[in-house]
Amino acid sequence: MKPVTRIHSRTAVLPDENIDTDRIIPARFLTTTERAGLGKFCFNDWRYRQDGSDNPDFPLNQTEAHGCSILVVGRNFGCGSSREHAPWALLDYGIQAVLCSEIADIFRGNALKNGLLAIVLDEAEHRWLLRNPGIELSIDVREQAIELPDGGRIGFQLEPFARHCLLNGVDQLGFLLQHGDAITQYEHHQEKAA
Amino acid sequence: MSARTLFEKIWDAHVVAPETADTPAVLYIDLHLVHEVTSPQAFGELRARGLKLRRADRTLATLDHSTPTLPPAASGERPYANAEAKAQVAQLETNCRDFGVQLYGWDSSDRGIVHVIGPELGATQPGMTIVCGDSHTSTHGAFGALAFGIGTTEVGHVMATQCLLQRKPKTFAIHVDGKLPRGVGAKDLILHIIGEIGVDGGTGYVLEYRGEAIEALTMEERMTVCNMSIEAGARAGLIAADETTFAWLKGRPRAPQGAAWDASVQRWRELRSDEGAKYDREARFDASQIRPTVTYGTHPGMAIALDQPVPAARNPVEQRALDYMQAKANQPMQGTAVDVVFIGSCTNSRLSDLREAAGVMRGRRVAKGVRVLVVPGSEAVRRDAEQEGLHEVFLAAGAEWRIPGCSMCIAMNGDLAQPGQLVVSTSNRNFEGRQGKGARTVLASPATAAASAIAGAIADPREYLTEVAA
Repeated sequence: MKPVTRIHSRTAVLPDENIDTDRIIPARFLTTTERAGLGKFCFNDWRYRQDGSDNPDFPLNQTEAHGCSILVVGRNFGCGSSREHAPWALLDYGIQAVLCSEIADIFRGNALKNGLLAIVLDEAEHRWLLRNPGIELSIDVREQAIELPDGGRIGFQLEPFARHCLLNGVDQLGFLLQHGDAITQYEHHQEKAA
Repeated sequence: MSARTLFEKIWDAHVVAPETADTPAVLYIDLHLVHEVTSPQAFGELRARGLKLRRADRTLATLDHSTPTLPPAASGERPYANAEAKAQVAQLETNCRDFGVQLYGWDSSDRGIVHVIGPELGATQPGMTIVCGDSHTSTHGAFGALAFGIGTTEVGHVMATQCLLQRKPKTFAIHVDGKLPRGVGAKDLILHIIGEIGVDGGTGYVLEYRGEAIEALTMEERMTVCNMSIEAGARAGLIAADETTFAWLKGRPRAPQGAAWDASVQRWRELRSDEGAKYDREARFDASQIRPTVTYGTHPGMAIALDQPVPAARNPVEQRALDYMQAKANQPMQGTAVDVVFIGSCTNSRLSDLREAAGVMRGRRVAKGVRVLVVPGSEAVRRDAEQEGLHEVFLAAGAEWRIPGCSMCIAMNGDLAQPGQLVVSTSNRNFEGRQGKGARTVLASPATAAASAIAGAIADPREYLTEVAA
C-alpha cells in the first residue's frame, strides 16, 4: 500500500443520508474475483440512465464535481453490507476521502484498510461542508486536520493504528503476523481449557 | 471481578493481546465462515504472500450468493446468471481444495445459506467468536456467540492468523418485555425495534436483546432478530444461551458430544450478563404493543405497522424514498398492490418460516399476476420441508419452489424483480435497487408475505389465521 499523508482537492457533495453499499456498488457487480476495475460500476444505478448515458441529476456527473477526490456525504454513509467492493469502487473512481458526521462501522474499517480516508466530523462542521460544495481542502493525516481555504482548520481523529498504517504505507496483516507466538500460546491454552 | 455483560465475557475470553492507545486488541476467532463472493481476493492475498491458511479446521465454506436456484439442465449445466458467477463458484472450489477448507458445495447435502448452515451443523456455539465476509453474520449471535461481518481484507487476516485487530465496541441493551400477540412474530419485532432506534441507532455498539419476550422466542426466531442487528448499524447482536439454545444444538454434527457436551453446557450457562452489569446504552420495548410491521421507504428503519399511516416526509431524502416506493403519506401500506413475493434469505428461510408461510397459503391460490418465489435456506430445510409436504402447499398455491441460496435477497444470481415492481420480501434490506434496478422492496414477515401473495396486495396475516381457526 502507498502511504497516504495528504490529500488536496475540491469537495463534491452527496448530501443524501444513509447512502448504502448497494448504492455505492450494486450486488450484481460482485461476481468478480478481482479488486481492480470496479470504478466503472461505482454508483452505477444512480450515475447512469437506462440507456447507459450519464444521468445529469447525479451530483458527481456535474462539471464542477469533475476531478474532486474529496466527497462530503450525508450521515450514515456506507450502511448495509460488508462488501469491500464499496471502497475499492470508490478509490478506483477517484475518491480518496469521505467526510461525514457518521460513517457505518464495517465500511469505515474497510475504507481505512485500503487507503480511503473515512473521516468522521462534528455535526456542525459536517453541516457547513455539506452547504459549501466545491471548496478547496487539504487533509493532513499526520496532523489530523483539514485545512480550509481561509486558513481555518477542522480537527479529526483517526483510529491511531489505522493512521499509523496510512502514514507508513503498511497494512495490518504484517502486525498481526508478528503475534504468531502469542496466537499459538492462546490456542494451546484454549485447547486445555476445553 | 466487577459485573460484566455477556459481550464483555466473550470479548475478554478471546483477547490474544490487549488493546493499547496505539494498537487495537488482537482478538481470536473461533469460527470463520466463507462464501464465494467475499473470499477470492483474500485467498489471492494468501497466495501472493506465500501464506498458509492457519486453521482450516476452524474454517467452513459454502456456495450461496451467486448460485442459481433453478435446477441444472439435463446436461448437468447449472443456469448461472453469467460466466463470471460460474467462474466465481469454481474459484471457491479451487481455493478450498488448495487450502484444505471443507466446502459444503454443490455435491453436499448440507449446502445452504452460510448463516443457515452454520447453526444447522452445530458449528455455531455459545461463547464463540464467529466472523464471515458478510454483514448478516450477526445471525449467529442468537446462540450467545459474538458474531460479526468483516471485509475481504479482514477475511485474509483471519485466514492467515485466525485473529482480527479490533477496538472494543460499546454495549447496547434492548429489553423486550411482555408477550408478542398472536400473528405477530420475530420479524415484526425486529422491524419495529429498528423503526424505533433507527437505521444507525446501533452504530458503534454490540446489541444484547433480553427480557421476557426474547426468552420466549425459539432459536429460529432469535436468529431472525439477531440477523437484522446490522440493519440498525450494529455489527453484532447477542442473546444469552439458555435451555432453548442447548436443546436446539444437542446432537448436531459439529456440536460437542457425550461428556464434552455436558462440560460445554456447564460452561455456556455462565455466559450471561451479570446482575448489575452496565451497558453504554439501553432501550425498552413492550412486545404486546407490536403489530405486523412492514417497511415503507428505502431503508429498514423506515418501518411501521402495516395498518398505520405512512408518515409524511420530513426532508427531501425521505420524500425521495417515498417517491421511489410510490408510497403515499398518511395512507397505510396495507392494500398496496403487489407484483412479486419473495420468501427466503438468511433472515427468514428456515423450516419454521416456511411452515408459517405455508400455514397461510394452504388451500389458497396466489392472486392473479403475482409471482411468488419460495427459496429454502439450505438443503436440510428443503429436505425437511418436502418431507412435510410444504413444497406441495406452495406449488398448489401457484408459487415457485426453488433450490437453496440467497436468491432475491441480494439479487446477484439472476433472481430479481423488474423496474417498478413491488416486492413483499422476507429478506433484510429494502435499499433502492437491492432486488433489481428500480425494484421496490417492502420487508415483512413470512406470514405477511404469504398473506400478501394470496391477497395480491399487502395484507394483514392475522385475518388469514382467524379464517384457518374458524
